[in-house]
Amino acid sequence: MTSVNVELANVSCWYGNVVAVNDVTMTLGPGVTGLLGPNGAGKTTLLHMMAGFLAPSRGTVQVGGQPTWRNPGVYRDLGLVSEREAAHGFLTARQFVEASAKLHKLPDPRAAAARALGLVEMTDAQDRRIETYSKGMRQRTRVAAALVHNPAVLLLDEPFNGMDPRQRLHMMDMLDELGRQGRTILFSSHILEEVEQVSGTVQVIVAGRLAASGDFRTIRRLMTNRPHVFTIHSSDDRRLAVALMAEESVAGVELDATGLTVRAGDYGTFTRALPKIATTSGVRVRRVLPADESLESVFSYLVAA
Amino acid sequence: MNITIASMTLRGLFGRRRFLLLLPLPLLVIGLAVLCEALNAKPEDWGGPVLGGLGLGITLPLMALIIGTGVLGAEIDDGTITHILAKPLPRSEIIISKLVVAILVTAVTVAPALGIAGLITGTASVGYGLAAGAAVGACAYSGLFVAMSMLTRRPVLLGLLYVLIWEGILGNVLSGTQKLSISAYVAAVADKIADSEILSGSLGVPLSLIMSAVFLVGGTLIAINRLRSFSVAGETS
Repeated sequence: MTSVNVELANVSCWYGNVVAVNDVTMTLGPGVTGLLGPNGAGKTTLLHMMAGFLAPSRGTVQVGGQPTWRNPGVYRDLGLVSEREAAHGFLTARQFVEASAKLHKLPDPRAAAARALGLVEMTDAQDRRIETYSKGMRQRTRVAAALVHNPAVLLLDEPFNGMDPRQRLHMMDMLDELGRQGRTILFSSHILEEVEQVSGTVQVIVAGRLAASGDFRTIRRLMTNRPHVFTIHSSDDRRLAVALMAEESVAGVELDATGLTVRAGDYGTFTRALPKIATTSGVRVRRVLPADESLESVFSYLVAA
Repeated sequence: MNITIASMTLRGLFGRRRFLLLLPLPLLVIGLAVLCEALNAKPEDWGGPVLGGLGLGITLPLMALIIGTGVLGAEIDDGTITHILAKPLPRSEIIISKLVVAILVTAVTVAPALGIAGLITGTASVGYGLAAGAAVGACAYSGLFVAMSMLTRRPVLLGLLYVLIWEGILGNVLSGTQKLSISAYVAAVADKIADSEILSGSLGVPLSLIMSAVFLVGGTLIAINRLRSFSVAGETS
């Protein structure tokens, strides 16, 4: 398969006073890339610009060297699965995917539709109306419609939403395989583990800016090595605070009326050490709460790093 | 003209409750005409309000509004439009396919019913005039309402305001507004062909036909241009 790149150069997009995407430059080549970021980060806006459904306020977005905005010709090389669950419910999956093939003016729409439906394991249910499908089945049908013309670039917005674990696994394998065939695949997600399982390369977007870009393992290491904050309630907070300060994985302890706030450098070492320290000190731990485990805090840390 | 888009549009249209609920409206005009005739009322007395008022003045624009906004606006609302737009198709092909469906469905659902209702008056030319007027109206209204679907997020509301306020109220009070009123063009064409006291039109036929073409062609060009720059609402996830 001929490789086609997606290139964004100094791309910004704003709605009135709200800046959704701020000066993003990236080049996506063959293989699977995850677009990772918390909700509201600008992932969908970025994907819409790549798909030609939104004009960049500044900068250029190109697929295979062609601008995507006001240029329907790019869809010969581009497949899109948007996040919004939109499919013509009155059609069967076969009719829907075949219609896609016809709109692409493929020479044998029926065969192309059968191949695409086979890829997403929808052959058995292909003659049922889409409105009778589960969310996961609809999603797979839309992926089949996006793949029917064998595009070199596939963009997927939150493709795993609504899928059960088996379907997720299948979709992940499929994206992996499509990437290995030389396609440029970009999928967005706000779930770290999804991106980890599928892609080696990630683009992390936070508050409209590209916060990190490159190999997932390196970025993941940055994320796991960040300090973790725990709130602890015990039978004797002061004594526990003294004991914890001797622990190597603890970077700081704060004692106040609400209890102990502990900053630990390594999540695993600290959580393993805490019960032993408490037992040795004769303190009963009543509650341990990780205070900063939200994805947003992980991303914030990444931006600050 | 793209057959795949046209057939999907047609199936989508017939699956919408709003359209199916309005479908009996043209039959109501026939029913009222039959009733008036059965009661031995004079066609000159009931023809104006039933055929001109209810038929051409209400049924035709309402059907055209629901159909014209349904072929495109409904797909924009539910997001299915992106499925068609993410294809290497000229935007003119998409708009023309949808417009043809809107015109044909409006004409087929309204013109024969009004034609039959006209024939009940006993004057064949009234039937022909009503059918021809409905066909002209189907073209002009479809152009307007398809363009409205691309210009506003509330095409049905805006279309209703045009039909009820501009054509219905202002058209009767200020004669100048009739020059931009499709119902006045329709009435002129129907009146000319019917050549009877039952229907009345105030504009000339050449002007009506030219203005109908302006609404159709202008609406089509506006819709094509807007679709070329169609943006998906910037929801961020």
